[in-house]
Amino acid sequence: MRKLSYVQAINETLHQVIKKDKNVFLIGQGVTSPWYVGATTVGLVDKFGDKRIIDTPVSENAITGVAAGAAFTGMRPIVMHPRMDFMYYAMDQIANQIANWYYMFGGQVNVPITIWGIINRGGEQAAQHSQALQAMFMHIPGLKVVMPSNPFDVKGLLISAIYDDNPVVFIDDRWLYKIVGDVPEEIYTVPIGKGAIRKKGKDITIVATGWMVQKAIESGSILQKDGIDVEIIDVRTLKPLDKTLIFKSVKKTGRLVVADAGWRTCGVAGEISALVTENIFETLKAPIKRIALPDTPAPMSSVLEQAYYPDADDIVTTVKNLFK
Amino acid sequence: MNKKLDISSAVLKKMYITMLRIRKFEERTGELVAGKEIICPCHLYIGQEAIATGVCSALHKEDYVFSTHRSHGHYIAKGGDIKTLMAELYGKITGCSKGRGGSMHITSPDIGFPGSSAIVGGTIPLAVGAALSFSLRKKDNVSVAFFGDGATNEGAFYESLNFAALKKLPVIFVCENNFYSTHMTISDCLSDTRIYKKAEMFKMPGARIDGNDVLKVFKQAKEAIEYAREGKGPSLLECLTYRWRGHVGPNIDLDKGLRTKEELESWMAKCPIKRLETFLLKHNVLSKSETHQIEKEIEREIEKIVVFAKKGSFPKANELQKYVFTED
Repeated sequence: MRKLSYVQAINETLHQVIKKDKNVFLIGQGVTSPWYVGATTVGLVDKFGDKRIIDTPVSENAITGVAAGAAFTGMRPIVMHPRMDFMYYAMDQIANQIANWYYMFGGQVNVPITIWGIINRGGEQAAQHSQALQAMFMHIPGLKVVMPSNPFDVKGLLISAIYDDNPVVFIDDRWLYKIVGDVPEEIYTVPIGKGAIRKKGKDITIVATGWMVQKAIESGSILQKDGIDVEIIDVRTLKPLDKTLIFKSVKKTGRLVVADAGWRTCGVAGEISALVTENIFETLKAPIKRIALPDTPAPMSSVLEQAYYPDADDIVTTVKNLFK
Repeated sequence: MNKKLDISSAVLKKMYITMLRIRKFEERTGELVAGKEIICPCHLYIGQEAIATGVCSALHKEDYVFSTHRSHGHYIAKGGDIKTLMAELYGKITGCSKGRGGSMHITSPDIGFPGSSAIVGGTIPLAVGAALSFSLRKKDNVSVAFFGDGATNEGAFYESLNFAALKKLPVIFVCENNFYSTHMTISDCLSDTRIYKKAEMFKMPGARIDGNDVLKVFKQAKEAIEYAREGKGPSLLECLTYRWRGHVGPNIDLDKGLRTKEELESWMAKCPIKRLETFLLKHNVLSKSETHQIEKEIEREIEKIVVFAKKGSFPKANELQKYVFTED
């Protein structure tokens, strides 16, 4: 199959969907820039013009609301936030308006919007240019949250997000942009709400999100050499979460490590751990372990950054400790 | 056609009926809240009827209106069904939002009223978004954002005005300046209380009008709407008015020391409905017996909708989680 990088897959998807569907448009800070958002939006404005590829002033709150208002009229906007940190400005629109709209009007006005938030961290960018806010959005009723970890999924999930009749927070991570993988040329979907097994195994389950899926895969090969056969689950969608897939795996292995590169307290890893203990506690042979960011703002100095972000070694150590 | 105004007698009569329906609906709602029949917080529109009526009378059905926590007047003026509105206040499944929204979250999507929202300033960007959609799809429609003077303290207001002006979007920003932001007076909130002046910095037309004069509101709104339909961009209308009741609920709140009796009475003397009625009688658009008959008909209608609202069922508890997502 044809190979594309993660960033090329996003770019191709946008080109294809915006060409195919007049109701889809892209709006946000930097969408006409050749570098601001990686290469995700390259060529779009040249092809579709500035009416449908709308670069905006730094007005995150209004711009997110503008996209939602267009969605009420039946359009399918994609509103892009070049860093998740900036989305706090848009929280009224996301949490108070968009997430509640369908419910508070008794299912009469849906909001088919894709809210695209980019995690863009590392490189000594520090506390306000590094945040991964998936747990924040997962917490809010009325939002779906997806976090693709590879080029195939990023295309399929972006298309699913655009065509979902509900608001979908679509989170990608620039650390994934160079990863290359199989990507079909045609338009296809990856279903929202379905996880995927990245490696089958019998000894322990690692459930991971986004970038941590790649780290889990690395750790899986290392652990295999040490005789620990891990099963790796890529949740792909955080909400609605594919509990069935997770429970089935944990029932088989009896051990669970959850890896999510968001903060530990009230985080995604904590939520998944709670679901497992609540529902299938009796199948566990060991305590569940979380791998997450410490409850600390993102640091600047590279030495601190290295200590801050979990990697494959952290997963390896955590898993090995469970077998001591 | 009334030559002096270029407004037909039919439109004038309809405006009178709309204003009176809003007034009677709100007065009855106030009684029902006072009697604890209705529990959800209701922000009454009494005294401000001319604004919603004047603006919405100049709109088409397909035009969009976005409203606030004080939303009943906008909903009624746009053509919303008062039967389902009353049922919503009672929290019934027969309500316009199926008992999920209440007074602050009412909707009527078929008539261009996608919803009202309780976060101050929250619907202003949404109105701009609907206007963007009309512009992208080359539709002839416009969008209206109603908001109070308090909302002009929000960042969303400035962001929205700038973006709408930048892209020349067909949206009309209608500020209902009733001089109070909950308990605070406008001069305690704004360094410059001339809200219409804010239009200048975004290079859009801005006007301050007497919001208790429905004919003036209609005329100014029509101008702004035509300007928007012609693709010339947004306008800001500041309509001066006054709410007779407190921020929320049926009371007049004089006991709370927030405003004086003299102030309230001076505004009650400028009643927008009385004013139109006097005009219509003077110009023989309606006779005294006709206004009396209209009033009686509306009162009968209001009693019927209260019966309808009371009769409706509550939502089922096992449907608590229905409507979180479209699949539910």
